[in-house]
Amino acid sequence: MKLELRGITKRFPGVIANDNVTLTVRTGEVLGLVGENGAGKSTLMNVLYGLYKADEGTIVLDDVPVQFASPADAICAGIGMVHQHFMLVPVFTVAENVVLGIEPTGMLGILDIEKARSMVTEISNRYNLGLDPDAIVESLPVGVQQRIEIVKVLIRDAKIVVFDEPTAVLTPSEIIEFFSIVRTLIDSDKGVVFITHKLKEALSVADRIAVLRRGSVVGEVVSAEATESQIAEMMVGRAVQLTVSKKRSDYGATVLSVSGLTVLDPDGRTLVQDVSFDVRASEIVGIAGVHGNGQTELVEALTGLRSTSSGKVYLEGVDITKASPRKRHSLGVAHIPEDRQRQGLVGGLSIVENLVLTRYHDTPFSKRIQMNWGVAHQVAADLVAQYDIRTQSAADLANTLSGGNQQKVIVARELSRDLRLAICSQPTRGVDVGSIEYIHEQIVKERDSGTAVLIVSTELDEVMSLSDRLLVMYRGRIVADVDPKTTSAMDVGLYMAGSTPGNVGVGV
Amino acid sequence: MKSLRMTLLALLSAMVVGGVIIVLSDIDSLRDGDFATAFGAVFSAYRALFVGSFGSLRAISSTINSTVPLMLCGVSVSIAFKAGLFNIGATGQMLAGGMAALWVGFSMNGPGIIQVPLAILAGAVGGALFGAIAGVLKARTGAHEVITTIMLNNMAAFMVLWLLKTNLFQRSDRTDPISKLVDPAGRLPRLFGFLNGREDLLAHSGFVVALLAVGVFWWFLHRTTMGFEFRVLGLNSDAAQYAGMRTKRLTVLAMLFAGAFAGMAGASEVTGTYGYASQNFAGNIGFDAIAIALLGRSSPLGTAFAAVLFGALQAGGRQMQANTDVPISLIVVLRALIVMFIAAPLLVKAIWRVKADTGAQSQTFRGWGS
Amino acid sequence: MSDIKSAGIGQSAEQRKRSRNVGVVYVVLGLVSATIFTNRPGNSGFKLLDDFIFVIPARPFAWALAITLVALGAAQLLRGMGKVTNVVLTVATISFVVGFLTWAASGGSFSLTGMLQDTVTRSVPITMGAIAGIICERSGIINIAIEGQLLGSAFAGSVVGSVLGPWPGVAAAMLMGVALSGILAVFAIRYRVDQVIVGFAINFLALGLTSFLASRVLTKNPQYNLVKPFSPYRVPLLSEIPVIGVVLFTQTLFVYVSLAAVAVTTWALFRTRWGLRTRAIGEYPKAAGTLGVDVIKLRYRNLLIAGAAAGFGGAWWPIGTVGRFDQNITSGRGFIALAAVIFGRWHPVGALSAALVFAFAEALQLKLSNLNTGIPSEFLLMAPYLVTLVVVAGFVGRSRAPRAAGQIYEAQ
Repeated sequence: MKLELRGITKRFPGVIANDNVTLTVRTGEVLGLVGENGAGKSTLMNVLYGLYKADEGTIVLDDVPVQFASPADAICAGIGMVHQHFMLVPVFTVAENVVLGIEPTGMLGILDIEKARSMVTEISNRYNLGLDPDAIVESLPVGVQQRIEIVKVLIRDAKIVVFDEPTAVLTPSEIIEFFSIVRTLIDSDKGVVFITHKLKEALSVADRIAVLRRGSVVGEVVSAEATESQIAEMMVGRAVQLTVSKKRSDYGATVLSVSGLTVLDPDGRTLVQDVSFDVRASEIVGIAGVHGNGQTELVEALTGLRSTSSGKVYLEGVDITKASPRKRHSLGVAHIPEDRQRQGLVGGLSIVENLVLTRYHDTPFSKRIQMNWGVAHQVAADLVAQYDIRTQSAADLANTLSGGNQQKVIVARELSRDLRLAICSQPTRGVDVGSIEYIHEQIVKERDSGTAVLIVSTELDEVMSLSDRLLVMYRGRIVADVDPKTTSAMDVGLYMAGSTPGNVGVGV
Repeated sequence: MKSLRMTLLALLSAMVVGGVIIVLSDIDSLRDGDFATAFGAVFSAYRALFVGSFGSLRAISSTINSTVPLMLCGVSVSIAFKAGLFNIGATGQMLAGGMAALWVGFSMNGPGIIQVPLAILAGAVGGALFGAIAGVLKARTGAHEVITTIMLNNMAAFMVLWLLKTNLFQRSDRTDPISKLVDPAGRLPRLFGFLNGREDLLAHSGFVVALLAVGVFWWFLHRTTMGFEFRVLGLNSDAAQYAGMRTKRLTVLAMLFAGAFAGMAGASEVTGTYGYASQNFAGNIGFDAIAIALLGRSSPLGTAFAAVLFGALQAGGRQMQANTDVPISLIVVLRALIVMFIAAPLLVKAIWRVKADTGAQSQTFRGWGS
Repeated sequence: MSDIKSAGIGQSAEQRKRSRNVGVVYVVLGLVSATIFTNRPGNSGFKLLDDFIFVIPARPFAWALAITLVALGAAQLLRGMGKVTNVVLTVATISFVVGFLTWAASGGSFSLTGMLQDTVTRSVPITMGAIAGIICERSGIINIAIEGQLLGSAFAGSVVGSVLGPWPGVAAAMLMGVALSGILAVFAIRYRVDQVIVGFAINFLALGLTSFLASRVLTKNPQYNLVKPFSPYRVPLLSEIPVIGVVLFTQTLFVYVSLAAVAVTTWALFRTRWGLRTRAIGEYPKAAGTLGVDVIKLRYRNLLIAGAAAGFGGAWWPIGTVGRFDQNITSGRGFIALAAVIFGRWHPVGALSAALVFAFAEALQLKLSNLNTGIPSEFLLMAPYLVTLVVVAGFVGRSRAPRAAGQIYEAQ
């Protein structure tokens, strides 16, 4: 089957998301679609899938133009999509999620659960996915949830499968498994579109790579003949520094000392197990690990957003284990949260108000119960200029900013104070490449000025290039403490999956 | 000014629909084919509405008195909304505050200058404590304030009914549930007291209290740290926690403040408008306040204007009912229509072929889970 | 009611808290029984059948009850009761109520059967309203307008019923419910207005319009406000069963339909394709949308079905009982229905039990004004609201509503 997108243009108020895009996908091959955040990749796929209607252009299937009025049409035509954020109803079982929309029924529309379960088991066995049809989705780990999405797509007889950022939540070994699933699909004569911003992966699995920038296709390459920096340059439009340059640093005294920290959830499950480590001044300690291994909870415990069940946290010798977030803040701890929309910003408030979100209770921004907005505006204007936050005016609402600029607001707010410790969680998630560079620079600058920095990131490249020392978390424990300059990414990946280098094949 | 135009258009749309209802409901005239009477009814009804709300000093006085509890309860609902809480309990809080003020009113007999502020204060305290119940339940158990405040409203109504039959509260020469009279010195002074011979102008200084309340609300929201905390909490409770705000405490305080304002409304009705309490002195004001807060988008100025609008409709409606055949419940219909049209700019746009600013509609209800 | 499992391994913190609260409730009820219910000597007669009065000696019963409840409380707090927890809870609650009635009626007699029959019929509008609420919320739309729907349908039912007869009246009531649902649907789905705003607006609209029309038209034309209500229908054979036969099988059509509606809705929600899709669009509409389910159309359809259910409930006033319409005749039952939805944790059977609790309190209050209990009638009237408050605070709390309820669905 041959699927063509011809001249697809899609506009949203104020922006052209896709500009005259032409692409071809064939069964039996993998097309990689790369571009930075906001380049229009997801929009394009949503048009393909019938979720959006293109303003101009056509979709052509085996030389016949088709119209997709809704996902139902796309599914009928043989297009399946595995979204970046899983489309699974958390309280339903695996079987219920898989058959939703194509439910096997008896009389009067009664659900045939038996049939649904056998349908799931059949596909799961055929492609070796190992799913239990009666499991409740919200209790399953993320890697398993992705396989449910794949079953959903295959059971509907998809001939072309689109994966949108599929590896974001997988361990390196799960990623290898995922690639082998992709190979199986190709061998079964399916076509695959692989959307990603991870160039290495695109190069390793895709046959061809199309590069999107600002809504247009700027080039197509055969991956066997292309290099990472070549593609990166096409993505951004200029030469990009893919690694962070930093000089050696002289470490200072211990700033953060964590010993025996254990965190349980209300139901008694262990989230963080007996974690101990130190961070010194002028040092960047990174924590690598696949999302969901306790890093989020560790950061919450360190910042006072979650209570611990045992262990201690010391900041320059002061016991802050039970201190409130505000107390820690006043002692010089900054926290860049992993979910900026949910925690770091209030979209409905102005940029000025967001810039004082964690400092409003201090002088000079307030005195007793009165706020001093004059000072706030002044400081905000300075920060906007200093951190190059692209906006019409600081009085605009925060939700008018792009993702990268929103993150810059948070970085500006947190790193512009005098700090002892900066905790940065996923500092460049969903941020465009230009802003990524900038934020990395700021973090290094912070370290160089004497602050202790703790970075938690699921992007292995980022955390390896930024850190002076690298810890790896797996299932709530610290399983490795290595020097990123002398350890290979492969080895770190093995730690992330619960194995140890030299013990390959054992563990998990 | 675009939003002012939208508001006026919404008003106009509501009145047109209202007019249609008046015509269609005059069954007798329509049956006789007497269209003149039917249409005439619309004009005389709306004329009475305008005259009765602003057409004379008497009308303005009446409007002021109707506006007072609406404005105070409007602030009550608005301040809770700002903190992300849906206060349906203004009725119950008004009853609680009113009874507290009533007690001060008839059991003391000091000079007015002490009694009146004391009564208002008692009203605020009574309402605040009652409102705090819902706040505490929400903070400690997660029980959603929509359900708890509705339950508390009903419970308050029954409590009042019972209290008005006890010896302490009941007027000694009556068997129906009606309270003792407030001491004359404890009555809220009349605004137009300086005009001789105009004892018919009943507007009382509860209006001053209401205006002050709006001012305090604005100052609190935009000039204090806690007001900032309320706004953050209302828009994004996760961010509030991240920023180190004590969200549970803020929840209780929000309901406390909301209750205080509604309690003052109750106090003002009891010591100003009536001088005693009967079973239903809170009426439907609590629910009207919700419409007012929604119309005014929970902002201090918007709430104040919406309250004046509703107060005017109320006063005008009484005149309309007295002068014409059109019952006052038309006002309730008009209010509903105004709310709907203001909340649906797209609809108004479609009707009047006007460009509407659809903007970002912020949500009042964030689901039962938070 | 709530889903309580035994204490022990595998139980969530939420469940343990609820389990503990149940135990506390048992102990409290037991203490109430010991201190208050034992105060009265004498016997209480419960009239079950025309010729059979069931006599309970007040004091001994109260003591027995107190001891049992405290023992149950201890057991619940220490061990929990596993699978039979809900059964025990129901039996304990009923026993407590019987204990209360025994105390209240001591020295006299009391028509229990009549009161139970009254309870069942009074639960109808609340149940139907709750079903409407459940269907809406499970589809992701908050329906605050149940009160307005009940009121508007009562009006329509009365007027059309007076002119054309009771059956057309029921049909008109249901149509009115559908129409009001339609307004909610259009404003909430198409115009993306906040659902709570529209809900309240519909309530005001219904209250205003019905009151307006009632005073403007009905007072001058009372012939438009006089309906012959349905008479109770005795189900053959089943209505001969002592007590239950009267309570459950000698009722108007309204009762039978409402009970059937609970059963049908439960079955449909959890066993049919419609139910799966409905629950999906209430939890995660995007997931359903990406699989080709037409979220918008299904929401419209479900809202209209819910409107018909509410409409039927509204018809209960003119055509099920009083035969007329009075201004604000629903006086808040629509909000009680909403509370029942939450009390019942968005499950039709749970909502039914909540409806029965409220109806029971109403029925009780009327009867008790005849008996000398020393409790002011206002407190008895307050009781169901207080109970709801306690239940919601102690047993429902942060419990999971359909996750997408109230959120605007952005299709393209």
